[in-house]
Amino acid sequence: MEYSKLKKILTISSFFLLIALIYFAPNFLNDYAIRILNLSAIYVILAVSLNLTNGFTGLFSLGHAGFMSIGAYTTALLLMTEKTKIMNFYMYDIWPPLQGITLHLIPSLLMGGTLAAIFAVVIGAPTLKLRGDYLAIATLGFGEIIRVIFTNSHSITNGALGLKGIPGVTNLWWNWGIAALVILIVKNILDSSYGFAFKAIRDDEIAAESMGINIFKYKLMSFVISAFFAGIGGGLLAVLLSTIDPIMFRFVFTYQFLMIVVIGGLGSLTGSVISGIFITIMMEVLRFVEQPMNLGPIAIPGIPGMRMVIYSLILLFVILFYQKGIMGTNEFSWKWIIKKIGLGKFIKKEAAEQ
Amino acid sequence: MTIDAFLQHLANGISLGSLYALIAIGYTMVYGILRLINFAHGEIFMLSTYVALYGVALFTLPWQLAFLLAILITGLMGVLIEKAAYSPLRESPKMSVLISAIGISFFLQNLGLVIFTGRPKTFPRPDFFAKMYDFGGIKIMSLTFVIPIVAAIFLGILVFLVNKTKMGMAMRAVSKDFETARLMGIDVDKVISYTFFIGSALAAVGGIMWGMKFPRIDPLLGLLPGLKCFIAAVVGGIGSITGAVIGGFFLGLGEIMLVAFFPEFSGYRDAFAFVLLIIILLVKPTGIIGEKMTEKV
Amino acid sequence: MEKTILKTKDLTMIFGGLTAVSKLNLDIKENQIYGLIGPNGAGKTTAFNMITGVYMPTEGEVVFDGVDISKYKPNKITNLGVARTFQNIRLFSTMTVIENVMVARHLRMGANLPEAILRLPSYKKKHQESYDEAMELLKKVDLEKEAGELATSLPYGKQRRLEIARALATTPKLLLLDEPAAGMNPQESIELMNFIAKIRDQFSLTILMIEHHMQVVMGICEKITVLDYGQSIAIGNPEEIQNNQRVIEAYLGVE
Repeated sequence: MEYSKLKKILTISSFFLLIALIYFAPNFLNDYAIRILNLSAIYVILAVSLNLTNGFTGLFSLGHAGFMSIGAYTTALLLMTEKTKIMNFYMYDIWPPLQGITLHLIPSLLMGGTLAAIFAVVIGAPTLKLRGDYLAIATLGFGEIIRVIFTNSHSITNGALGLKGIPGVTNLWWNWGIAALVILIVKNILDSSYGFAFKAIRDDEIAAESMGINIFKYKLMSFVISAFFAGIGGGLLAVLLSTIDPIMFRFVFTYQFLMIVVIGGLGSLTGSVISGIFITIMMEVLRFVEQPMNLGPIAIPGIPGMRMVIYSLILLFVILFYQKGIMGTNEFSWKWIIKKIGLGKFIKKEAAEQ
Repeated sequence: MTIDAFLQHLANGISLGSLYALIAIGYTMVYGILRLINFAHGEIFMLSTYVALYGVALFTLPWQLAFLLAILITGLMGVLIEKAAYSPLRESPKMSVLISAIGISFFLQNLGLVIFTGRPKTFPRPDFFAKMYDFGGIKIMSLTFVIPIVAAIFLGILVFLVNKTKMGMAMRAVSKDFETARLMGIDVDKVISYTFFIGSALAAVGGIMWGMKFPRIDPLLGLLPGLKCFIAAVVGGIGSITGAVIGGFFLGLGEIMLVAFFPEFSGYRDAFAFVLLIIILLVKPTGIIGEKMTEKV
Repeated sequence: MEKTILKTKDLTMIFGGLTAVSKLNLDIKENQIYGLIGPNGAGKTTAFNMITGVYMPTEGEVVFDGVDISKYKPNKITNLGVARTFQNIRLFSTMTVIENVMVARHLRMGANLPEAILRLPSYKKKHQESYDEAMELLKKVDLEKEAGELATSLPYGKQRRLEIARALATTPKLLLLDEPAAGMNPQESIELMNFIAKIRDQFSLTILMIEHHMQVVMGICEKITVLDYGQSIAIGNPEEIQNNQRVIEAYLGVE
């Protein structure tokens, strides 16, 4: 069979398989498992967007938590009804223009993403012209500034009390649908000449500049796109959790997504997707180490916080001994799978394959 | 504001600035040699407070001995971290080393939470540091004077080490040009270990005094001061020890004065450092006294 | 009278007190193959870096095609039609051979981001054109069979050719080659000479090259400037240079 035809068949059938999985999931999974699946979709979005800057463009951004918080707060405030808002803001009054606005999910998310992107321009414009290290520290700093501002601007964010009762308007369809869309958009960017420009900057800035690429412009572009999707991811997270507060978005939160990206492979979209799902599930599974256990006669007391220790050790292990992560810079392809399972001889060789 | 109140704030600002300076030096020295933001430096600082605390409270050592041991042990921990997490990546892309630094920082925070628990512990404050002096109405604790004096002494030792010893010369050579220094027969790994020892030991000096000044310590203690002190190093001019000291004082005094003069902004105190960072990056990215570092083509 | 394409006026670069290049004056005519030679550390690559905008000259001017480009950024200079290769080959290491060339086509493609994201037919067409052009270039440097391979997996000589192909893909008028024959044996050097002459004619280029292989320089360059300690010590055709006493001294060293 011709490969391109086979590829099409395989892609379409796996697409329908996924749709069927989402459709039937509520029948055989409990609420807890579904919640984890929702969370993994959101973590995939966040990992993919972080990989765009850190993996594909070679920027070291640590501002994801900040961009997420902008998206989360914007989405939450636009989604909540007037009544919920009044219930939340019992210490301080809400800024009046904000009180009456209630929007649907999509415009709220888009607004959250756009605001995050605007902040990315503000933070990126002064720092992306400088040495790479400064971006790391400036984005970290920015995340903290945002958190401090959110803690103190009571009439908009409700300060340290946070927001409660964010309407849970999403489900598996929404979360995975948006995740699929984000993956597709990022994939299209990366496969286009824009993606080539990003990767060229990552590989060698000076050579990229001598190819006529305005490196500042493309770095900013990558950074802003990444922030936009981080804002959307943050918005979806707010909806899933129904409660947010500024402490949640401390800069160590960014580290979690950095780990997902590193473990999946810096510079592999497939890696971020696999690792986003895998790590999210693993983090839930690992909760058992924090619970007391009874193995017959032996009782092991649970160790609170052990989960994160294991998690950070895995990151260190990967970066020290297996830097490529799961996928390196490779991407998923049917050809690779077919060859792996030993059916390579059934594919006809095609003359000029792009 | 009365002159008395101002003097009190000034004394506070100077002692906070001294602490920032001591921590910032570790960042600037490591950056000077490895071009690495040592994200774990804040956690080294945090660990030093626990080592000192355990020395005094658990092993009931006299505080002089406990503090000295804490400084040495913390210095060695710095060396160990470098050996375990940074030196295997000497030939790897820079991003890997930064991620490893973040990994170590994250690991130590979480390990701290498991071992020490998240509940804050009270740091001991020996009587020597807790005497109250009355200057015509202004009450100032002896600690407030001790901090800048101790900082000055350790800075003096550091300046001596860097400028007058053979190892100090080797350190300066390595920070100027890593490869050439290696070719000249300098044992670069030894120089790096030495640098980490000094930087971490100074962070411990800062950490112990921090513990006495703000006696509630917890495993996330290093997070914010760590970040702020890196900013202090950038503001002063990364790579320069003098710059780190200037940046530290600038930041310490700035924070205290912000709260003193604009109490309504006290909630934004923690954002001050970051705003300062953005301003300096816009106006003079090389820092107050820094030199430009260019890439060879 | 031939037209001047690149002119430098008193071009000077000082690094913290050290003068790397001092008052360099070049006058390169259209379609010329021009050699810049001199002992190691004479400031040749520094001169290249000033012409291509990697360094901002301390003093002096670079005029390309009538435009003063001394203060331009490298990407802008490339867009005006100056391309270069590097002494220590700088290929995009994680990208394939053809992607390396397509990066250089990105600017000339004129596609915008939304059409790339939506994979509109207009984008697909441009992408295909860029691919075809890149393939065409690879054919010319005899690398079409390696199109899908990782750039850094190529042997050294092919990497040099790829770097030239990549520079050509930016459609330059002036091509700067930094030691193209470095590490080549005599046989390969001769092939390279022929190759350079061939691309000059095919793409109607002007070429400025730094080279140490005297055989290559003397065999191909029409005019040569010799640098020593940042100073230009001789200008002339190969014959004049070979017989110039100061040049001989600079290379052999004088007591």
